[in-house]
Amino acid sequence: MAQKNYSFWSLLQQGFKRQEGWDQAWRSPEPKASYDVIIVGAGGHGLATAYYLAKEHGIKNIAVLEKGYLGGGNTARNTTIVRSNYLWDEAAMLYEHSLKLWEGLSQEINFNVMFSQRGVFNLGHTLQDMRDIERRVNANLLNDIDAQVLTAAEVKERIPMIDASPNARYPIMGASFQPRGGVARHDAVAWGFARAASNLGVDIIEQCEVTGMHIEGGRIRGLETTRGTIRAERVGCVAAGHSSTLAKMAGIRLPLESHPLQAFVSESLKPVLHTVVMSNAVHGYLSQSDKGELVIGAGIDSYLSYAQRGSPHVIEHTAAAIIELFPMFSRVRMNRQWGGIVDVSPDACPIISKTKVKGLYFNCGWGTGGFKATPGSGNVFAHTIARDRPHPLNEAFALDRFHSGHLIDEHGAAGVAH
Amino acid sequence: MLKFHCPHCNEVREEEEFSYAGEAFIARPAAPDACRDDEWGDYLFMRKNSKGWHWEQWLHAAACRKVVAVKRHTFTHEIGGCWTLAEGKRIYLEEQA
Repeated sequence: MAQKNYSFWSLLQQGFKRQEGWDQAWRSPEPKASYDVIIVGAGGHGLATAYYLAKEHGIKNIAVLEKGYLGGGNTARNTTIVRSNYLWDEAAMLYEHSLKLWEGLSQEINFNVMFSQRGVFNLGHTLQDMRDIERRVNANLLNDIDAQVLTAAEVKERIPMIDASPNARYPIMGASFQPRGGVARHDAVAWGFARAASNLGVDIIEQCEVTGMHIEGGRIRGLETTRGTIRAERVGCVAAGHSSTLAKMAGIRLPLESHPLQAFVSESLKPVLHTVVMSNAVHGYLSQSDKGELVIGAGIDSYLSYAQRGSPHVIEHTAAAIIELFPMFSRVRMNRQWGGIVDVSPDACPIISKTKVKGLYFNCGWGTGGFKATPGSGNVFAHTIARDRPHPLNEAFALDRFHSGHLIDEHGAAGVAH
Repeated sequence: MLKFHCPHCNEVREEEEFSYAGEAFIARPAAPDACRDDEWGDYLFMRKNSKGWHWEQWLHAAACRKVVAVKRHTFTHEIGGCWTLAEGKRIYLEEQA
């Protein structure tokens, strides 16, 4: 049952009909007794995985199970930043693959994800910051990723309201700049992938929590859920903060710790900031949404937690960082705050991997930086599940790197606030 | 805001005085030179990451600089108790048994 395309004509037609004739964006079917592939977790990554499985690998009988509601987790609990300026080749290639998919995504899934390539600045405040920035920019250029080193004067010229004076407590010495980076509308990414996957026959089943796994002879046979037993020979888990909980059902230990990550948005302002600004040293990042809100984020709370809130002193720290960069925002009122649960791995890189249980795959450990990877993550994970072997781009992100020692230490390398 | 009772200082203090130091009582392989790579990797990197009661270490960084063993619920943030490492380990092992 193909749906009507969103187009200029359909928008115009609906304009005359009070917008009342739209179809439901995705179907809500009852779960079947068995599927070829089940994806656990209907966030951006899970839905993208289902979409690419159906589209590129011709698998028809797919379900996505979600314990809450679609896009109710980290997909809608982040600061929507998209970039690919990572240092190590493995990470840079994975995120760049994703960025390329972002560039055609609205067209491909016929859903406006409001991807806006307004550029991303990573500020440097110390000599060492600037050396790291130069190294990372050069590494990016060698990987054909757009990147520039800017001086403090150039930063000030491009972001006029930033405090670039030498008298600041942490003076800005320069920045790296990725012009193709930017932001996207996070809810739209989940809704768009859900609609596109549903159109290809994927069953999206909300309010369906996985409570157990059926494993026989080292092979996955199906899942126990709050809506009954569902059989499947292949299961992909994409549950972010709850990955360890799922892995435990299969007797697998993961190198993850789940932490709260908070963000907040201000009241709507006139356009004041046309780009994305991140600073590792003062530890904050912000952009302005198309609605005019300042979208502000910082680092994780230090301790393990599954509660989707965080400590107040982390908010204070974040606000201090933003006011350090933009003193003019000190009187801006904040509208709301939220917390997500991020699954942090020891090397700050994701795990996209087969497991010791045949037919059971995990895509987790994205930590604080999963949103930008949504289409790329789904794309390579679909390949891993469909072919039972990793895509060349996620080969290095296997679980066994924590036994072999081949870590991809992006923690310090990405120049991001962790 | 979490509040911990430091058994060394014998005072209840706010979390900002402490720094989180991860899961408590991870057993080091008895013979590191003889163990397999997966055993060593498990010791170094794999974690329980429990949703529920969790044993962890906090360093009382801004005061006595000693390590405190804490039993905390990772969803409700209820604190089940704070002990010195030695006392905590005894209770932890009793629970495991």
